Amino acid sequence: MGQADLPVTRAQVEDFLYREAALLDAWKLDEWLALLAEDATYRVPSNDAPDADPRAALFTIADDMARIRARVTRLKDRNAHAEFPPSRTRRIISNVRIVESDPLRVEANFVVYRFRRNENVREYVGRYRYTLVNLEGELKIAKREAILDAMELASLGAVSFIL
Amino acid sequence: MIAPMRRVVNEPHEMRFEVHRSALADPAVHELEQRSIFERCWIYVGHESELAAPGDFKTRSVAGRPVIFCRDGESRVKVFLNTCRHRGSLVCREREGNAERYTCFYHGWTYDRDGALYAVPGQSAYPPSFHKTEFSLKEPANVAAYRGFVFLNFDAGAVSLDEYLAGAKEYIDLVVDQSPSGQMEVIQGTQEYDIRANWKLLVENSFDDYHLLSTHSTWLNYLKNSGVEMKRPAKGELLPAHGVGKDLGNGHGVVDNVNFRGRPVARWIPIYGEAAKPEIERIRAELAARLGEARAARVADTNRNLIVFPNLVLNDGSSVTIRTFQPLAADRMRVSAWALGPREESATARAVRLDSFLTFYGPGGFATPDDIEALEAVQAGLAAWREVPWSVMSRGMAKEGEQLNTDELHLRAFWIQWDKLISQ
Repeated sequence: MGQADLPVTRAQVEDFLYREAALLDAWKLDEWLALLAEDATYRVPSNDAPDADPRAALFTIADDMARIRARVTRLKDRNAHAEFPPSRTRRIISNVRIVESDPLRVEANFVVYRFRRNENVREYVGRYRYTLVNLEGELKIAKREAILDAMELASLGAVSFIL
Repeated sequence: MIAPMRRVVNEPHEMRFEVHRSALADPAVHELEQRSIFERCWIYVGHESELAAPGDFKTRSVAGRPVIFCRDGESRVKVFLNTCRHRGSLVCREREGNAERYTCFYHGWTYDRDGALYAVPGQSAYPPSFHKTEFSLKEPANVAAYRGFVFLNFDAGAVSLDEYLAGAKEYIDLVVDQSPSGQMEVIQGTQEYDIRANWKLLVENSFDDYHLLSTHSTWLNYLKNSGVEMKRPAKGELLPAHGVGKDLGNGHGVVDNVNFRGRPVARWIPIYGEAAKPEIERIRAELAARLGEARAARVADTNRNLIVFPNLVLNDGSSVTIRTFQPLAADRMRVSAWALGPREESATARAVRLDSFLTFYGPGGFATPDDIEALEAVQAGLAAWREVPWSVMSRGMAKEGEQLNTDELHLRAFWIQWDKLISQ
């Protein structure tokens, strides 16, 4: 039995999520892209419709892979004014659970602290829903959904960075 | 007595138009406009499609007041001030739902969904002069709708909504005409976010095409990289397609542009994907059959950002968005935005509409976050209003005839009406 066939452990998933968080906090967006499967999606539902379908409901973000790449291109451009100078973020990820093994579905809680100059900290609190794929022993992200707990974005303002 | 302050300088002969920055930064102006603007104008509440059945309700803040936007027992659209007639508590604290009755939990006063006071615990202790019929939930002086868009007005002496909307009606019609049955619906999912800026800056931003190139270059690059064709601007113009700015009366205004950015109704661009092409063509054919070629082209091949004075925006661009915003302070507002689509739209067309919406609009879009940043940067700069008191708004003033979307005639129309109301 090769490595790729062994069941993925929670520790492996945690290592993977922590690595992803470190890349995003460091704004290493091209390296982050390398963690995504070819047809990955990234979604942030509207706060009042956390379980909706983006084909039928308005989301905050509902990116396919082409849109994710375009988002990264935009964020690397100094004319992405909402993120220039870039925010500092710090992601705390916990309560990681493998909720299904095939497909590999993972849930985790997050707090993302976001700092900008002369601004109070903004705390984005919620949960991640991931579908991961095991490609020859290497985990990749097939689906990535960040669901905010705030009843409305309100003082969080925009989701202009990758949550 | 201190002479009234001049906040808008409008000197057509000298071709000067300037706005005093205290209008955007001074808390005293914020207080003043609560009375002179928000208690006198027609203010958007919601769309009839948000309430399907008798008893359906949404609670929201309109002009700083808590309201219940609902259907009564006979399915009539109503607006109640969400405050108990006894001591003032909210009688409904849920965002949305369906109510048989509204019960104030504090002392238990209960209202039926027509607003009438239904039950008062221990009513016998009140004196004989107490009559339940005098304590119905209060309604604004006027509530009226135009083609599904519901407004309230706190001024009993206000002109009718129809008269108030003036030239804005033509542009609301262009939105509603996208639906074969004339019924547009608000789609599930609300974008509610704060901007640390004066609300009038979002009015300006919502129909100011002058900022497009510098603020939204990353969005324009995204379109270009996705294969959307963009022509070089014509001589004397800044944008890839021609567009005009118009004064629609009573402070309303619009930018009315030849479309280059694609429209779910009904102009395909590569971002929608090849698979969506036949569906967009089918929608286009339906428009032409129903409205005639000329009107269909007007609906499909132009995009328009409409301001209904003072705080409603209908952006009929990459998708249709209803956007309204409530001033929270001189330097802060709460924005609520929804997507609007034809009720009978197919699942495919709906998906294209929502996807197209997110390319530009909203707090996670490729453009709106940069607008928010621009407005907050302006507000930060306005802290120096005493030293740098005037903003210039004279683009296009020297021109005869047509005014471009990158000119400022339509912005001036808003400010002239604002100044008129605030000075009365």
